[in-house]
Amino acid sequence: MKMKLWRMGAAALAAASIVNLAWADHTVKIGGQCDRTGATRLIGVEICPGVADYVRLVNRKGGVLGHKLEYTEVEHGYAVDRGVEAYERLKRDGVVAMLDYGTPIVYALTPRHMADKIPAITPGFGRADSIDGRVWPYIFPMAASYWSQAGGAMQYIKDKGGKKGTKIAYLYFDNPAGREGIPIVEVVAEKEGYQLRHFAVPSPGLEMSPQVIDITRRFKADWVVAHLFGRAPSVSIKELKKSGFPLDRVISFVWGSGEADAKAAGWADSQGYLGLQFAAVGRNLPVIQEIMKMHRDEGKAVPEYVGSVYYNRGVLIAAILTEGVRLAIQNHGLPVTGDKVRLGYEAIRNFDLQGFLPPMTVTPADHEGGGWVKVYQVKGNEWVPITDWIRGYREEVLGLVDKANKKQH
Amino acid sequence: MIGRESGVYKTSYEADLALYPLPTGQYAAVAALACLALLPLALDSHAMALLNLMALASIGAIGLNILVGYTGQVSLGHGAFMMVGSYTAAILTTRYGVPFWLGIPAGGVMAAAVGAFFGIPSLRIKGLYLAIATLAAQFIVEWIINHWTWIGGGAQSTIYVPTPAFFGWEIDTEYKRWFMILPVAILAYVAALNLVRTRIGRAFVAVRDRDIAAEIIGVNIFRYKLTAFAISSFYAGVAGALWTYYLKIANYEHFTLVTSIQYLAMIIIGGLGSVLGSVFGAVFITLLPIVLVYLVEGTARLAGYEYASVADFLANLRLIIFGALIILSLAIEPEGLYRLWGNVKRYFRLWPFSY
Repeated sequence: MKMKLWRMGAAALAAASIVNLAWADHTVKIGGQCDRTGATRLIGVEICPGVADYVRLVNRKGGVLGHKLEYTEVEHGYAVDRGVEAYERLKRDGVVAMLDYGTPIVYALTPRHMADKIPAITPGFGRADSIDGRVWPYIFPMAASYWSQAGGAMQYIKDKGGKKGTKIAYLYFDNPAGREGIPIVEVVAEKEGYQLRHFAVPSPGLEMSPQVIDITRRFKADWVVAHLFGRAPSVSIKELKKSGFPLDRVISFVWGSGEADAKAAGWADSQGYLGLQFAAVGRNLPVIQEIMKMHRDEGKAVPEYVGSVYYNRGVLIAAILTEGVRLAIQNHGLPVTGDKVRLGYEAIRNFDLQGFLPPMTVTPADHEGGGWVKVYQVKGNEWVPITDWIRGYREEVLGLVDKANKKQH
Repeated sequence: MIGRESGVYKTSYEADLALYPLPTGQYAAVAALACLALLPLALDSHAMALLNLMALASIGAIGLNILVGYTGQVSLGHGAFMMVGSYTAAILTTRYGVPFWLGIPAGGVMAAAVGAFFGIPSLRIKGLYLAIATLAAQFIVEWIINHWTWIGGGAQSTIYVPTPAFFGWEIDTEYKRWFMILPVAILAYVAALNLVRTRIGRAFVAVRDRDIAAEIIGVNIFRYKLTAFAISSFYAGVAGALWTYYLKIANYEHFTLVTSIQYLAMIIIGGLGSVLGSVFGAVFITLLPIVLVYLVEGTARLAGYEYASVADFLANLRLIIFGALIILSLAIEPEGLYRLWGNVKRYFRLWPFSY
């Protein structure tokens, strides 16, 4: 009898403590994948701390509407099977919103996100047509897709005096992501009467002199729109510089416009080179200043990468994620679920984090947040903004999205 | 005590030729099978995902081992043949409504045809030279899928596949996917075990050990080398098709050159020329990096480090440990994990009366 009582007491105690924990603990679990060792590690080692630092900042300031965020990072080394494992692990742990990392992994996980109703942020990785949330309700690119980037680049060319007969060379990495920009570039070229030619660079893109000679000597391009990855952007800068092509007429998409690219080509040789960004760059921004202050308050030195292109993109991801969770709690209450976060994302209106982001407005039809980009230029040893947030040919971009999704389904 | 032959008398040829001639072996096989079938009762969906990934890798590894381990033809094109199976299955299912259980063998057959074609150089060249020739398969297949939009399905070279269903039973969870993959894996395993004991299997081994000698005793080298390529690629195609139904998407970036090298690593670590070794290798290469995530991060947490501050160090430390473990396991037993397992079995053969 005594034994039984003791057992019952223990059980009651255990149950009470579980209930207690559940009530006291309103933490919102979010998760992200990361690549610190794989194919794109140079990007990962800056993006991932960007995400983690911003989440820490939010928690230090009291969390989201008083609820702490619990962020789990899973490092997968760009391996697809480990990406699947990372997804399943985060799902098991009850994560309500995820960051997916790496194009092949985003592709692999898209059907799972749709089936499990856990929204994924896929900035700069996913396919352009996934910006239509009516078809892809749980996929949120949340940053200018390649089509919007192409639209922005073409708009910049037009603003700088592009006219009928202007010759544009589209220099791209010969893989699905690299080719993705083609349709919109083609549509715009036809509309504006530009002369357009494609120049494919096969993987890994470390040898580009034939393409560059073709562009500068035979085609005699006025503008180069470059969509390259990895080491290839720096090679393109070097080769174009060597052949005397003016670098202020070379516009790179977002994965060729990091510090690493200019550094690998040599800052001195990259002067004037243009790059698109979907988050502001540098330290002279309120949110980055806050993060730097947090580092100092914690008694740690501010890491060198804070304020870099990729670090700031990490901050962008975390900021949007946090905003989504905030709106989910505000509009739909606790407990937070994946579906509520989706609705939270879709309720984001003119969210710009004091100029750090473009005025993001997300709707069910537009999971891209408007498709804004900003043109930056290499001046001295840094990237300097030379335009405001711009977007171009929105109608054409959305038309293509529609067409692609109709074809798919 | 374990696996003791003493007292087991066979009275028919069939008994002598059985896959598991000893009662202990038979019990072990049945127990293993029951275990595999009952695992979903005990595991959560995350662990099931790991099992699925390991089973998928095992099928591919067994296939490569038939070619490399048994027939002695080095191939760097295994990923390409998986690609062929994957896209074949995706195209058949999305455009012609073929169910997954037909898409899997169809993917295998198509991959076998492509594999046999790329095996033709093996008639002239061997060893490292052949490895480079099969490397061409990797790049050619990738290029074709990438540029032939009918196959690749458009600029993104990606085909989404609807949820596979077995007569209306939708396979949409990790548990159900296990019952899609497991039967194929078991079939692949048993077929390979039997294949290597047949006339064809013995011919493969003869070709591997010395092809001129094999030719002199009447083994048709042309036929058997291409057969080896075809069978190996069939396995790769089946694995690729299953991968497609598992992820509900066909994307060629899932089967890059790195994948091919990873499969070679699996069979070298598991044991060349061993079916069970292929499974060991697949488990090792799939599971170890993931187990290391938990081990290394858990240790760091116990030591009082905050994950965010040491994340880069830990990620690279894991790679170092992973590499060191590969070297260590090969240094302890150059013939792979299978041999290690064999050593354990031999130790217990007369235990506790071993001498």
